Amino acid sequence: MTSRYIAEYEKTADLLPGQSLAWLKQLKTDAFNYFSAKGFPSLREEEWRYTNVSAIEKTLFVPSLDQSEPIFDQLLVTENTVEGALTVVLINGHFSKQHSSLKGLDKDISVLSMADAVEQKPELLERYLGKAVNSEEHSFVAFNTAWFSDGIFVHIPAKKVVDQPIQLLHIVTKAECLATTRHLLIADDMAEVNIIETFVGIDDSYLTAAVTEVFVEKNANLTLYKVQSEGDKAYHFGGTYVKQARDSRFNHHNFAFGSLLARTDVHTDLGTASECDFNGLYLGNKRQHIDNHTRINHLKPYAISNELYKGVLNQRAKGVFQGMVYVAEDAQKTDSAMNNRNLLLSNDAEADTKPQLEIYADDVKCAHGVTVGQLEEKSIFYLQTRCIDKETARNMLTFAFANEMVDRVKLKSLRKVVLGQVLKCFPQAGVDQSWL
Amino acid sequence: MLKIENLHASVGDKPILKGLNLEIKAGEVHAIMGPNGAGKSTLSHVLSGKPGYNITEGKVTYKGKDLLEMAPEIRAREGIFLAFQYPVEIPGVSNIYMLKAALNSIRKHNGLDEVDAMDFLTLVKDKIKLLQMDQQFLYRAVNEGFSGGEKKRNEILQAAILEPKMCILDETDSGLDIDALKVVAEGVNSLRSTERSFLMITHYQRLLDYIKPDFVHVLADGQIVKSGGSELALELEEKGYQWVEGQAA
Ligand SMILES: Nc1ncnc2c1ncn2[C@@H]1O[C@H](COP(=O)(O)OP(=O)(O)O)[C@@H](O)[C@H]1O
Ligand SMILES: [Mg+2]
Repeated sequence: MTSRYIAEYEKTADLLPGQSLAWLKQLKTDAFNYFSAKGFPSLREEEWRYTNVSAIEKTLFVPSLDQSEPIFDQLLVTENTVEGALTVVLINGHFSKQHSSLKGLDKDISVLSMADAVEQKPELLERYLGKAVNSEEHSFVAFNTAWFSDGIFVHIPAKKVVDQPIQLLHIVTKAECLATTRHLLIADDMAEVNIIETFVGIDDSYLTAAVTEVFVEKNANLTLYKVQSEGDKAYHFGGTYVKQARDSRFNHHNFAFGSLLARTDVHTDLGTASECDFNGLYLGNKRQHIDNHTRINHLKPYAISNELYKGVLNQRAKGVFQGMVYVAEDAQKTDSAMNNRNLLLSNDAEADTKPQLEIYADDVKCAHGVTVGQLEEKSIFYLQTRCIDKETARNMLTFAFANEMVDRVKLKSLRKVVLGQVLKCFPQAGVDQSWL
Repeated sequence: MLKIENLHASVGDKPILKGLNLEIKAGEVHAIMGPNGAGKSTLSHVLSGKPGYNITEGKVTYKGKDLLEMAPEIRAREGIFLAFQYPVEIPGVSNIYMLKAALNSIRKHNGLDEVDAMDFLTLVKDKIKLLQMDQQFLYRAVNEGFSGGEKKRNEILQAAILEPKMCILDETDSGLDIDALKVVAEGVNSLRSTERSFLMITHYQRLLDYIKPDFVHVLADGQIVKSGGSELALELEEKGYQWVEGQAA
């Protein structure tokens, strides 16, 4: 089955960006060879045992190489643009100059399409691209590295504090489209920035395979938001791979609301005394399958990691959480907490959760906990004694459970967007928005 | 207001209330005392409609209607309020949000429009002063991280705002220090009126020094075994529960 993708690649490889740089061409060729040998992940692999990707092999998703601007519903842009952000729009895996607005962007800051970065920033690209993750990680990374048709390069120079968030808005407008983007986000020493990745698309089958590499240099502070609200029939594979230098901070907020099948991997390598916060919220309805894998590598001493992923699963939806905290021998004084909480709203919903610790240092503090449960009867009854009907009580409690993660979003305009998405997933939420 | 006749209730196969009779008229304050495990909380739960109890016999009439037929929220909207012995923590739902939803449910039930946002805030701030609570409690999640005493005050605050007809206070005094008890008692006393009745469940006579009941009942082994005026509480304190339990046997 993989062979159809391989045949397709042979036709298009020359049209992909990076052909002019020998090292990049080599990187892509190696990735392609790795993918050709390995194929898509199978259930036999430990990291994929809960997530069956065979459906994407049944359809041949093809990259959109047509450079003309497609015609599509502009609401996809307007409804998903975060107010006050500098917005870069990617349509069907390609940077769209027409829809992007980078007005007011400081000239020291680079926000470039991959095609432009190849021309303008080849040294930085060579120094960083493929350094936070390599093809052996898993075959979707190889796939992405070989196939990426575009992506965004963001570089924040040392000491620069960027006030305006930068939004990367991914839109898919064509059925059976393959949108493969590769982003490179770099916050140099002491820089600070907020970046938002938004994924949306039409109500038809398509495939997103997106990889983002993030470098948070010394004492820098980068917050990355991912809002995955793909169309109901979409497949989404996303990986975020982070390298944190000493004293750096990385905050991640991972909202998984859309698509039929979604898998997101978030990994970070922590340097000395660096800190990371992983926040996740997944909401599944109907037959959605939402899989989140996280890996926090404590490689050096004194680093702190905090992780909380919450899932709400309704109807026949299935949520998967696999979280690994790895503490190397060198990483003394590690302080880490990992939690996963799941709320099942129906008897057919399912949550598979697997927190894992692998610890080789002896002077560390590592906590972890998981819960899978239903709404508490005593809470429902308490609200009923306060005049609130059972249905509304259930909705209030469900919303409250999810809203904890929305509340952690510090950007007000983004919080509003995310809140809207949560209420859309639970239209009966019984929640009076004016009061939130 | 409320009439309980020969009420029998069990959990699973275990009978807990075994033929309880009690009538409370408008404006009256009744105290129910009794040893641990007598069935006091069970009575409060059955009256407010908590699932999990089998009513095997008897009936309860509230304002002329069959109370046991009503869903818990309907009872609440009709004016029954239960201050819980162990108030439940509701993470993520703020006090003020729940109070507003509650008040609007009552108003809707009575064919009224939603409360005006400003009027509501004025009302709430007025009542929170009465209970000597900090305004920040309004914006905190319901009972989450509250101390025992703060939870009890919060229950009375809710009663003060929702203005029920029939208040059931389940051991609202337990775990309170004397200063907190005085504040809570003052809150309750300010709610007393000729139209509002109280059923105060307590383990200690002390509460009754601050809220003077019209009637005192002793509940033991699922039945009211003795009734009297407020002096009964003092006698009980002196002689202990064995005295009445002995009489019941
Ligand atoms: N859910 C329950 N399941 C089994 N037994 C119960 C349950 N609730 C109460 N009981 C029992 O019923 C009796 C009365 O309990 P309760 O009403 O809480 O007493 P009180 O409030 O007077 O201390 C006790 O023996 C208690 O153990
Ligand atoms: Mg009790």
